[in-house]
Amino acid sequence: MNDDSQQQVIQQQLIKDMLMESLEGLDRFDRELVALEKGEAEADTMNDIFRVIHTMKGTAGCIGLQRIEMVAHAGENVLSLLREGKLSIHPELISTLLALSDALREILRVLEQTGHDGGDADYSALLERLRKCQSLPSAPVAQPSIENTAFGLFDDDPGAHSPEVAKPVAAAPSSASSAQVTSVSEASAPGAPSGKPGVSESAIRVDVVQLDKLMNLVGELVLARNQIVEFTSQAENTALVQAAQRLNIITTELQEGVMKTRMQPISNIWSKLPRIVRDVAQELGKEVELVMEGQSTELDRTVIESIKDPLIHIIRNSIDHGIEAPDRRRAAGKAEKGLLHLRAFHEGGQVNIEVIDDGKGIDLAKVKSKALDAGMVTPDQLSRMTDREALNLIFLPGLSTADQVTAVSGRGVGMDVVRTNIEKIGGSVDIQTTLGEGTTLRIKIPLTLAIIPALVITTCGERFAIPQVSLVELVRLEGEQALKGIEHVFGAPVYRLRGKLLPLVCLDAVLHLERSSSQSADNNVANIIVLKAGEQQFGLIVDAVNDTQEIVVKPLGKHLKGLPVFAGATIMGDGMVALILDVFGLAQHAHVVSQSGKNELSESAGTATKAGAAIRQSLLLFSLGASHRFALPLSSVGRLEKFPSSQVEREGDREVVQYREQIMPLVRLANVLGGTDAANGELPVVVYTVNHRNFGLVVGRIDDIVEETVVLQNEQHRSGILGSSVIQGRVTEMIDVGAIISNQALAS
Amino acid sequence: MSLFCTFTVDRFFFGVAVGQVQEVIRHQAMSRVPLARPEVRGLINLRGQIITAIDLRRRLGLPAGPEGARNMNVLIKTPDGAISLLVDQIEDVLEVSAESIELPPETLQGDVRELITGACKLKDRLLLLLDTGKTIDLPA
Repeated sequence: MNDDSQQQVIQQQLIKDMLMESLEGLDRFDRELVALEKGEAEADTMNDIFRVIHTMKGTAGCIGLQRIEMVAHAGENVLSLLREGKLSIHPELISTLLALSDALREILRVLEQTGHDGGDADYSALLERLRKCQSLPSAPVAQPSIENTAFGLFDDDPGAHSPEVAKPVAAAPSSASSAQVTSVSEASAPGAPSGKPGVSESAIRVDVVQLDKLMNLVGELVLARNQIVEFTSQAENTALVQAAQRLNIITTELQEGVMKTRMQPISNIWSKLPRIVRDVAQELGKEVELVMEGQSTELDRTVIESIKDPLIHIIRNSIDHGIEAPDRRRAAGKAEKGLLHLRAFHEGGQVNIEVIDDGKGIDLAKVKSKALDAGMVTPDQLSRMTDREALNLIFLPGLSTADQVTAVSGRGVGMDVVRTNIEKIGGSVDIQTTLGEGTTLRIKIPLTLAIIPALVITTCGERFAIPQVSLVELVRLEGEQALKGIEHVFGAPVYRLRGKLLPLVCLDAVLHLERSSSQSADNNVANIIVLKAGEQQFGLIVDAVNDTQEIVVKPLGKHLKGLPVFAGATIMGDGMVALILDVFGLAQHAHVVSQSGKNELSESAGTATKAGAAIRQSLLLFSLGASHRFALPLSSVGRLEKFPSSQVEREGDREVVQYREQIMPLVRLANVLGGTDAANGELPVVVYTVNHRNFGLVVGRIDDIVEETVVLQNEQHRSGILGSSVIQGRVTEMIDVGAIISNQALAS
Repeated sequence: MSLFCTFTVDRFFFGVAVGQVQEVIRHQAMSRVPLARPEVRGLINLRGQIITAIDLRRRLGLPAGPEGARNMNVLIKTPDGAISLLVDQIEDVLEVSAESIELPPETLQGDVRELITGACKLKDRLLLLLDTGKTIDLPA
């Protein structure tokens, strides 16, 4: 290698090191500036802020990056005045310094891409602004107060450390205060001097790619281990068996160890939040105090990446919609400064993140009226919704409760995306609100995505893995039950699971698997795997349920990326590849849930109908007489029954039948809606349960079950009818079950 | 002079530049991928990496091989990991001079023409040179 190219390699390495160091430094710079503005900074903060820019300037000078050197130098001038107390902390000053940090980041980005800090951007305006700052009116520098920090920005989980340890950890606000640093300072706690542990001594930088590679290798080792354990389980040789056991234990420990190296404290993304909160609050003229708790809570790298954007979105939302302007807060008897509280903690193998604000809460009435105006729900549906269900409306695309669209939020895109993104990684979002007092948003996410527990099943000789997070329960039907338990409504199989109809999906049919003669399904057994996709449950029929396993998730190649039913693949103990089913994708593919997931809204049987402007749903079609066709939503149906007309008895002027040791009133829809039903023979009855009471609707003849996007036309005010729509080429009237039953309930 | 890894598919003799081949492996047990495009025969486990196997007969529009044929895997390097091409038989690595390579005959028509970059006149037969990039890139 000649000298020139060697020089080049060294230069590249220097730039790489500088990039990493500077970006980290700038994150710290932002955070500390915001703390400084609030007067919450620690004694050393001012020095640290100065040091970040100073170091950048020095390094840039060394490796000949003149532009960075120049911009950093201008910043350094201002900072040195600030440090000497010749300048006071002023919002304009802080904003200028933040702009400086943005500019430096931009140059670094160019540097990363091109290898030099040229770029076309002109920083003279910034330099001018910095120069002006030097002559801002002088005032005493806010004394940094240590007390404030005890439960403030840099508060680490107080329970995790003894008091004397908590301080040095909290005092090292660099983003490098990762797990390793923390544990080292803990270990050396007794009698250790209270000085900061040197980051460089206790932690090293490792390329993420390297870690991912290690993780992959460990995954392979786990598989090799599984195979060896399988082979040796029949072996006679005790020495071999013992060696295999040792391998087993060591592999498990290694796996845990490598997993840990990929864990990052949530503070890695939280550290950017003080700045975001400040910017958004300033933009909206609000005052917000951010409190973060549980910063050391650790998550896998991949999970951290994928919650970053949703979290930022939620926080912007909280400030924009949640926290009120100072004057309103004063009028409401609250402190002018709104409180935004972030909590992260581990619970039950999952990470919980809570975003709590003490703002005005979500006005349910407003959500409802907005949803109504946007045509997402009908008045009738709304009247039957529980508060919880109504609150979930905010997750629908296109709904915003903001009166005005601001630059920050209010366009009605967002919460649906937030929810989708979190559900994509197997998490869930829950929201609670009290009008006038605030809102709590709770996110639950898995610790890691790389190794997950899964259920392994077989259909047509092919093995598939189903992530355990989607699993609700397993149902096995044998003998007589297997034949009769699964009912078909015009080809659509359903199963009555504890009184509710569960739509069924045959895995072999969905995946177009061919059954060879040797794999012919055992008709005496049916295995139903009850899965949840969003809030919709469905049953998956498979040939056999094998067992549960920890599987290593591996991505599929580009040729298979377009298949929504698979989430990835994994390698089984015997070395064969098995595909991992994507439960949500599978449900969509099989039309169990609609594309937009809109019909997840309703959960209770009391919400009898969900007919909306255009909501895709499963409908039960029936006729009364020859010409009248009706539809009612299947999701709210308790059971379908048939009663011989001889079983119908009378109670007063009502018809009733004895059903499950209750007297169930029957409503002949023909009497309510017109048309005729079979007066004799068997009566097809749709059973609804409302407040633990059963009601039977006598429908004339059940025709079909379809999935349709219903667009109601000529909405009617005729009692019991929501409107009509064309389904399967026939005009079909949509039944308002809720109204019919409540009339009936009133009458009784 | 350039080196080609050669193999047969149906009655044809193909070559791929050795630089593009990661390795050649024996027949591997394969897992089917339901709903995938027909060219994708399945997934194989190569030392812990999951590799997509493309049926070269299907890709080239050739008739399907005999039932239960044990295809060999020619693993092609790509930036996102290897892709396997399923072939009938592996032959030698051949050294070929540039002069012996000609453009494919004009009479060669259809989709296959896109995939074959040249024909090399060997003593007793023709070696068809395969464009691996296009072969792996399945038409939408």
